[in-house]
Amino acid sequence: MTSVPTAPTGLGVLSPRRSLADMLDDRRVLSFLFMLPAVGILLTFLAYPLGLGVWLAFTDTRIGRAGVFIGLDNYISLMGDSVFLLSVFNTIFYTTVATILKFGLGLWLALLLNNSMPFKAFIRAIILLPYIIPTVLSAIAFWWIFDAQFSIISWALVKFGLLDRYIDFLGEPWNARWSVIAANVWRGIPFVAICLLAGLQTISPSLYEAAALDGATSWQRFRHVTVPMLMPILSIVLTFSVLFTFTDFQLIYAITRGGPVNATHLMATLAFQRAIPGGRLGEGAAIAVAMIPFLVCATVFSYYGLQRRKWQQGSADD
Amino acid sequence: MAAVVIREVEKAFGSTKVIHGINIDIADGEFVVLVGPSGCGKSTLLRMVAGLEEITGGSIAIGAREVNNLPPKERDVAMVFQNYALYPHMTVYDNMAFSLKLRKADAKLIDERVQKAASILNLKEYLKRFPRQLSGGQRQRVAMGRAIVRDPQVFLFDEPLSNLDAKLRVAMRTEIKALHQRLKTTTIYVTHDQVEAMTMADRIVVMHDGIVEQIGTPLELYDNPANTFVAGFIGSPAMNFINGTLRNGAGGSRVETTGGQILPVPGLGKGKDGQAIIFGVRPEHLALGIGNEGIVGKVSVIEPTGAETQIFVDTSAGPVTAVFTERHNFAPGTPIVLKPQAGTIHLFDAQSGQHL
Repeated sequence: MTSVPTAPTGLGVLSPRRSLADMLDDRRVLSFLFMLPAVGILLTFLAYPLGLGVWLAFTDTRIGRAGVFIGLDNYISLMGDSVFLLSVFNTIFYTTVATILKFGLGLWLALLLNNSMPFKAFIRAIILLPYIIPTVLSAIAFWWIFDAQFSIISWALVKFGLLDRYIDFLGEPWNARWSVIAANVWRGIPFVAICLLAGLQTISPSLYEAAALDGATSWQRFRHVTVPMLMPILSIVLTFSVLFTFTDFQLIYAITRGGPVNATHLMATLAFQRAIPGGRLGEGAAIAVAMIPFLVCATVFSYYGLQRRKWQQGSADD
Repeated sequence: MAAVVIREVEKAFGSTKVIHGINIDIADGEFVVLVGPSGCGKSTLLRMVAGLEEITGGSIAIGAREVNNLPPKERDVAMVFQNYALYPHMTVYDNMAFSLKLRKADAKLIDERVQKAASILNLKEYLKRFPRQLSGGQRQRVAMGRAIVRDPQVFLFDEPLSNLDAKLRVAMRTEIKALHQRLKTTTIYVTHDQVEAMTMADRIVVMHDGIVEQIGTPLELYDNPANTFVAGFIGSPAMNFINGTLRNGAGGSRVETTGGQILPVPGLGKGKDGQAIIFGVRPEHLALGIGNEGIVGKVSVIEPTGAETQIFVDTSAGPVTAVFTERHNFAPGTPIVLKPQAGTIHLFDAQSGQHL
């Protein structure tokens, strides 16, 4: 901070030490000072925990006992850990299926909401409800819906005579997997639908009219106008959706806690399970760090998806 | 190419009726301009021809076919939109080829048609570009190219030049007219700009509040406006209107204006003595007079444009505008007499606004 040259001030006094006021007049000093709070927050709450997590993953730290550096031992043992491998499978399965369903249904809903209909604003507001309810509350609601004895779904199916016994939603591995996916999809659709609806509304109606005159059927209008025009926003929403779903914790932990027999453990819930209740901070951190490559892949994918397409470039005078 | 027949066409949005029984016959190959102030229903009428709006009553026929219930794609019409409506994710080539591709036309035929349209419109070097990389005028030409490629029965233009700057608008106007002379496709063109209408049209349809005020060639409308609306709408600057009373006396007809001026109306002989009328004369039909052989007033504002000089005159009968092609040096406040040239006076009934 000593070698920053400044323009001579009006006082013209040659002082060996520059005054504080002089320093604050310097754009570079000033901008550094203004950035400090943000840098401080980022370092404290982002860089430090991330760095600590990565470091812990190389140690055998347990709660109540400082660990020592053990290199890649945590990762090597995880490679042979069938529960960890199951959680990787679960996470990928959960993310893939839930994302496909959220986007399929969300797009469908957005297309429906984009039509003119009575009480449009009211219906759009209702759509957002699942998103507004705190995750844990909706998880508890789903827990009841999926309860082995009190499930309203089982009750209704039995009453209609379609089933003769209650479904054990959360007691069977595959039932449990589909059940938590259903809960995630229910929560995630509003976000996707509202974002895509916003995207749909930016498409000029005259493009559809031009396409109709050009002879396009409604499917062709969707295929050649809606889809390409929606791609930029679709890829953003897709990225966020994949990131949020991949790192999901609350919903799973509140409904199944990873059960039955780890069938619904995601990497996030397993990392927590091992690190906090299990006390093995180092191993938990290693599981959490193992998510990073997957998330980087998703981000890189989105980076290329998000790049301004060629047709969006050029003069923007309209 | 085909004739378009519009019969008793009506349009209502809910309970609001916006078009009240319109009849227009458009001949094969004709260039018809629908003109009127905004909200007069001209765009709605065009969109009904295109099939983008439903027809509430009456019928529209293209060629020998009634198209009331046909979807747009079966009407064989092409439309150029005000905002161009180019597909932003397609190149110029693909924009023009889109409709033919949808019809699964032969790739060779598509290429042939697109190249031909591109050469007519000077777009050859832009075929690989995207719409965003083009200027407004170029985009407009692509939109026209998209229409040409299809070789439709009817071209529909919906205020295509409104988004262009004044200079380009004049150039594109000429281009569209030249294009029509070359292709001879029946064209319906909507604009709110009477200059566009006058310069481009074979026939003009003047619309106002959902009805047709008058249909005619540009010069018919200019020379023989049916009513005060058409008289005021066609021509720039607009026709002067002076309220007055008709006096048929021994020395011929005269108009006594509200301000007490007496204006002779030689050789008209229409209308009843004492009838309330509107005296109309175009600014370009006023010459300098002397004494009281014309409208007496004082110069208020002078606007020289080089080619002509427009002057605004305050008279006892209200403000009057005059346009002179010769140059005059008036000072504001100068007394002036404006004499209507023989045979250029229009008299309208004050109540109905109809031409006498």
